[in-house]
Amino acid sequence: MANEIYSTYPMVKYLRKEALPTALCPGCGGGTVLNAFANAIDQLKLDPKDLVVVSGIGCSAWIASPYFLADTLHTTHGRAIAFATGVKVGLPDKKVVVISGDGDLASIGGNHLLHAARRNIDITVILVNNFIYGMTGGQLAPTTPFGARTTTSPYRNIEHPLQISETIAAAGASYVARWTTAHVYQLIESIKKALNVRGFSLVEVISQCPVQYGRRNRMKEPAEMLRWFLKNSVPVSRAKNMSPEELEGKFVIGEFVNRERPEFVTELNKLIDEVQGHFGLKED
Amino acid sequence: MIIRGDEPEQLRLLRKLYKPGNYFMQGNEAVAYGALFAGCRFYAGYPITPSSEIAETMARELPKLHGYYLQMEDEIGSIAAMVGASWTGFKVMTATAGPGFSLMQENLGYAVMTETPLVLVDVQRSGPSTGQATKGAQGDFFQARWGTHGDHPIVALSPTSGQDAFWETIRAFNIAEKLRTPVVVLFDGVLAHTREQIRIPDVSEVEITYRKLPANEEEAKLPFGDPHGDGVPPMPLFGHGYFTHVTGSTHKENGLRDVYTPEVHDRLVRRIHRKIEKNREVYERYEEHFTDDAEILVVSWGVTARPALGAVLKAREEGIKAGLFVPKTVHPFPGERMRELGKRVRVILVPEMNLGQMIIEVERYVNDDVLLKGVNKIGGVPLTVKEILREIRGVA
Repeated sequence: MANEIYSTYPMVKYLRKEALPTALCPGCGGGTVLNAFANAIDQLKLDPKDLVVVSGIGCSAWIASPYFLADTLHTTHGRAIAFATGVKVGLPDKKVVVISGDGDLASIGGNHLLHAARRNIDITVILVNNFIYGMTGGQLAPTTPFGARTTTSPYRNIEHPLQISETIAAAGASYVARWTTAHVYQLIESIKKALNVRGFSLVEVISQCPVQYGRRNRMKEPAEMLRWFLKNSVPVSRAKNMSPEELEGKFVIGEFVNRERPEFVTELNKLIDEVQGHFGLKED
Repeated sequence: MIIRGDEPEQLRLLRKLYKPGNYFMQGNEAVAYGALFAGCRFYAGYPITPSSEIAETMARELPKLHGYYLQMEDEIGSIAAMVGASWTGFKVMTATAGPGFSLMQENLGYAVMTETPLVLVDVQRSGPSTGQATKGAQGDFFQARWGTHGDHPIVALSPTSGQDAFWETIRAFNIAEKLRTPVVVLFDGVLAHTREQIRIPDVSEVEITYRKLPANEEEAKLPFGDPHGDGVPPMPLFGHGYFTHVTGSTHKENGLRDVYTPEVHDRLVRRIHRKIEKNREVYERYEEHFTDDAEILVVSWGVTARPALGAVLKAREEGIKAGLFVPKTVHPFPGERMRELGKRVRVILVPEMNLGQMIIEVERYVNDDVLLKGVNKIGGVPLTVKEILREIRGVA
């Protein structure tokens, strides 16, 4: 059954067939993200041999690892970006992509996310934000909206969610954009831009988790969650003129930054070149 | 396919930069130069006393050799970056001390499970916790062995001097490459900061090993298989179009995760153990002094092996039949040799800068009729010849 579906799916050439079907729950936004990523690769005509995909732990870590047919490194919880840093230094000409969730990259891995942006290393991070720890059973995440219910905030969440894109834009990334799974075409365009930027790029995708988040917050159907995204999305240009009170509970979407800054591995190689020149070590 | 560090260019650079001869340097610097001679071209670390000079030396020297120094945001990120870099073909190293070693344990386990070659130098300092940050100790003997979770083998070496640290670091790289496994070097704060004469050899004197690469597509498709029967799979590096999948979860020979089949886990973890057990000749090493006719055997490791040798020499001058056994590879412990020696002696003394760690390993291999006694000192000051000699006299 699964094989029949996959045989008619045009992006199946990018998938590791022996790993299918995916472990994602019905209605999960992860499939949309995988689809958008595959389409971005396809539209850019990138050879998957020139890709290394790294992920951490959690539902979203599964999106491209093992399902995407490239070199894939599935790492420990929160550390995907640090692993990817080593890969990028070793393979500066390859596209190194991290796909993982909000709990993984922004909570336990928050430090690596911040510092990779500060260093501006040429890695593309696709951060799938579903406001919840899905795989562990629906616990409070650093992105859970204020007032929402989870298994570890059964009465209501009294913490304020981390605004990931805003934080990483401030930390120094070259490219930052946020979309929801209801904005698929914009998402594909942003992933394409992120892959082509020479520097740290983050694409945050607000994604639905009807099973762990939705059903505890009166949105147990995936479509309800997508409608919620559409209804509450505010373009970044419009958000600039809105007060914090007006923006409470809204999803600011669009491009936050797109700028050129010296990139880490390029600078590292430049430095090596200078040092070798200085000490007269280059071959004549 | 050339693994970085293998190029004749690297040998040219090493020759040009480091003239063979005697130098006056710190133990930490000796570790760093050992790494450079072994072909290490990627270092990711986070500064911590008393290991910092290793990072400083690598930051200064690596760019000259076209190598990469990365100062990461923490120790966890450091070992993570090393694993990533190792999968692109680099020989990689980090150095840390007590608290940093604790932080690295999770990804050390990841390196064991994914069979990633790397070298982790733990410059042991006094603990628990922050302890005496600048003082040496030998308290991480079991942390090296059992620090990370699960059933796992580990190889740990322990140099006894600065000169020894140079060669043992090279040996650590060779073992890591040969067995596709992380190797821990248990150094210590005392030797790390001791300056002494260290001979830098010519590159031709250094034997260097490189990891086994897949001979063909078939081998590349089984990054965790055992095509050669030695338990060590060839390593398909990233970036060569093999579409390798690497995960710390239980995986099949092709790398794909399977955490549900008991046999898959059993097969994988037993092979990882087997490749270490079966290849004892690759890593086992110990030193012996006067063990032929010894009645009193001193068993010591790392920094303490030096005053221990001094004490044994003095005891011999006094006519006491003392001998010394120094495991240089402390994990897996040279148990067989320990058992043989244990049968021939009356007393075994185990001096160490802790409250008794390696003595537990020694105890496993000696019979009850041998008097086994620890000579322990903590507080950051190494044991002296006098202190150990006093104990030898006490049982003579």
